[in-house]
Amino acid sequence: MYNYIIKRLILTIPTLFGAAVLVFVLMRLVPGDVCEVRMAGFGTFADPEAIEICRENLGLNDPVLVQFGQVMWGYLTLDLGVSMWTGQPIVDEIGLRFQLSLEIAILATLVAILIAIPLGTISAIKQDTWIDYVVRAFSIAGIAMPSFWLGIMIILGLLITTQALFGTPWMPPIVYVSPFEDPLGNLAQVFWPAVATGYRYSAVATRMTRSTLLEVLREDYVRTARAKGLLEKIIINRHALKNAMLPVVTIFGIEFAFLIGGLVVTEQVFNLNGLGKLFVESVLTLDFTMTQQLVMLVVVIFVFMNFLVDLLYAWLDPRIRYG
Amino acid sequence: MAKILEIENLQTQFFTSAGTVRAVDGITYTVNRGETVAIVGESGCGKSVSALSILRLIPDPPGRVVGGSIRFMGMDILALSDAEIRKVRGRRIAMVFQEPMTSLNPVLTIGRQLTETLEHHLGMAREAANARAAELLGMVGISDPERRLTQYPHHLSGGMRQRVMIAMALSCEPELIIADEPTTALDVTIQAQILELMRDLTKRLGVALIIITHNLGVVARYADRVNVMYAGKIIEQGSALQIYHQPSHPYTLGLLKSVPRLDQPRKEKLDPIQGQPPDLTRLGAGCAFRPRCRYAVERCANEIPALEPVSEGHTSACWQKDSLDQPLRDAS
Ligand SMILES: Nc1ncnc2c1ncn2[C@@H]1O[C@H](COP(=O)(O)OP(=O)(O)OP(=O)(O)O)[C@@H](O)[C@H]1O
Ligand SMILES: [Mg+2]
Repeated sequence: MYNYIIKRLILTIPTLFGAAVLVFVLMRLVPGDVCEVRMAGFGTFADPEAIEICRENLGLNDPVLVQFGQVMWGYLTLDLGVSMWTGQPIVDEIGLRFQLSLEIAILATLVAILIAIPLGTISAIKQDTWIDYVVRAFSIAGIAMPSFWLGIMIILGLLITTQALFGTPWMPPIVYVSPFEDPLGNLAQVFWPAVATGYRYSAVATRMTRSTLLEVLREDYVRTARAKGLLEKIIINRHALKNAMLPVVTIFGIEFAFLIGGLVVTEQVFNLNGLGKLFVESVLTLDFTMTQQLVMLVVVIFVFMNFLVDLLYAWLDPRIRYG
Repeated sequence: MAKILEIENLQTQFFTSAGTVRAVDGITYTVNRGETVAIVGESGCGKSVSALSILRLIPDPPGRVVGGSIRFMGMDILALSDAEIRKVRGRRIAMVFQEPMTSLNPVLTIGRQLTETLEHHLGMAREAANARAAELLGMVGISDPERRLTQYPHHLSGGMRQRVMIAMALSCEPELIIADEPTTALDVTIQAQILELMRDLTKRLGVALIIITHNLGVVARYADRVNVMYAGKIIEQGSALQIYHQPSHPYTLGLLKSVPRLDQPRKEKLDPIQGQPPDLTRLGAGCAFRPRCRYAVERCANEIPALEPVSEGHTSACWQKDSLDQPLRDAS
C-alpha cells in the first residue's frame, strides 16, 4: 500500500510538469500582457516607455526560458511568487479565498450526494413509474437551469419567504466569516450557494446512480439475495448499492475539482469572493503568475481527487488491490 | 410418502415486444419428502423459469405466473403475501444457482453472505451466526472455514464457490433445495464432487432436492424421479430407472442417444437430436416436438398429446409411445 502511494506520487510529477508547461505557454500566446492592460486597458493613451519600465520590473522582458525557469524554481522552493496585477504574494491572495471555495465545494458535494444517491435509488426501484419520471425531470431541470437564474431564484425566494414569515427580508451575509469564528454565520453564507451548485451537480450523479443500480439489480447475486428471502431494503442497501457506487464515486471526484475553481457565476450571484472570481480577474488582467498558480492549484486538487477515488474503489470493491 | 411440493398445471409467461413467451406451459409434478427429482431438457425449454416460479422470483415485468397452483407444505405459494413468501425463500425452500462466479456478491465476504440468512431467518446473533457459518463450511468440505469466512468470492475457485452456495442453501435447514444446473459451469471432476456432496448432504439431512440439468448422466446417478421437459411442457415422467431403460418419448430417446453411456459398450455413435427447439412465442396446434420427430404421424400435427401412463408411475405425452422402437430397452 505504501509502495502504491509513493508510486502514485511519483507519477503525478510528469502530470504536474505538463500542466505547468501548458499554462505557461498558453498564457503567453495571448496577445498583450499585464502592463498593457494596466496602462492602456481602456483604450487610453499610454506612454510606451512606462509600459516598458513596467515590463522590465515584472521580468516580462526576460527570455521566456528564464521566466519559465523562475516559475519552476519557485515550485522547488515552494515560493509561488507575487501577483503581477496586485503585487501581493499569491499565497495570500489564494489563501484569502481558498477557504470559502473549499467550503462551498465540500458542502455542494455533500448536497449533491444527499440528493443523487437517494433519488437515483428510488428512481431505479420505481423504474418507469410516475416517481421515476418526477425524479428524472427534477434532475434534468438541474442541468437545464442556468446557475445564475437558480441563484437569483434562491435569493428572491429567501427574501420573499423571510419577509412573509418574519416581516423583515433576510438574505445570506456577504462578508465572509470563518466557520471557526462563527459557524452559524458562516453556514448562513455558504449554505445557499452550496445548495444551488449541489443541486446542479447532483443531476449527472442521480442519473448515473439510477442506471448503474438498474444494471446491478439484474445481476445474479441480487437474484441470490432475493432467493434468500432478504428484505428488499437490505437487498438494495447491502447487496446492490455498494456495487453500483463505483462510477458514481468517479463523477463526484471529478466534479469536486471543478467546483474549486469553476463557480464563477454562482460566486457572482451570491456576491462571494471566491477563487472563481479571482480566476476570471487574473485571466482578464493577463496576470501570468496568478493564473499559472490557480491552474496548478486546480490540477493538484484534480490529481488528489483521482487518487482519493482510486482508494475509495479499493474500499468499495475488494477485487481491486493496489500493490 | 408425504408430498411436500405439488405443482399443478403451472403456466408462466413472458410478455415481450416479440410476443408472449410461453416459457412454462402447464406442468404438473410433485416432490416427496427427502427425495431427489430431476428436471431435464434442452436449453430454453423452461427449466429455470419453472424453478424460479416456485419461489416467485420471476422478474415482473416482463414475466408472470398466469395459471396453475403451487402447494408447498399445505401453503398456496401463489397466494402468499410478499412477507410470507420471504419467509419461505431461503428458510424452507433454498436455491442453488448455475453460475457460482456471478451468484455470490463480489463485495461481501463469504461470512457475511452466510450469516445474513441465519440472522434474518433464525434471528441468530452475530457470534452464533459466525460459528454456525464456519460449521456449515466445514460440512460442505471447505477446509480452514474460519479463514474462509473473512475472504471474498474472488479468492475462491468455482467449485469452492459452489460449495459455499450449497452451504448457504443448507444453512436454515430447508425442506427443499432447488439446484438449477449447479455444476454446468464447473470442470468435469469437480462436477462429480459437487453432485456427490449434494446427494450425501440431502440424504443425510432429509432434504428434498429438485435438480435441474440437461445431462441425463446426472439424472441416472442422482435422481429418484425424473421430469423431461420440452418447450415448456413435461413430456415424460417416471423413475430414473424407467426413463433410462424404457424411454417412452422420442425426445427422451433422442436425449439418451446424444449422451455417452458408461454402463453400455460403445456400439453406437452419439446421435444428437436434429433441428432446433421451437419458438415459444408461436407454438402451433400439435405436438411441439413434431418437426424434429422421426415417429410423427398425422395426428401429431393437430392434437397435443397429454401425459398418459406407460406403466406404473411412468407417463409419456406421445401419440406413438407404444410403437417406438426401443434400441436401449433391448440392450439392457
Ligand atoms: N426475462 C425473460 N424475458 C423474456 N423471456 C424469458 C425471460 N426469461 C426466460 N425467458 C424465456 O423463457 C424460456 C425458458 O427459459 P429458461 O431460462 O427457463 O430455459 P432453461 O430450460 O433454464 O434453459 P438453460 O438450460 O439454457 O438454462 C426461454 O425461451 C427464454 O427465452
Ligand atoms: Mg436455466
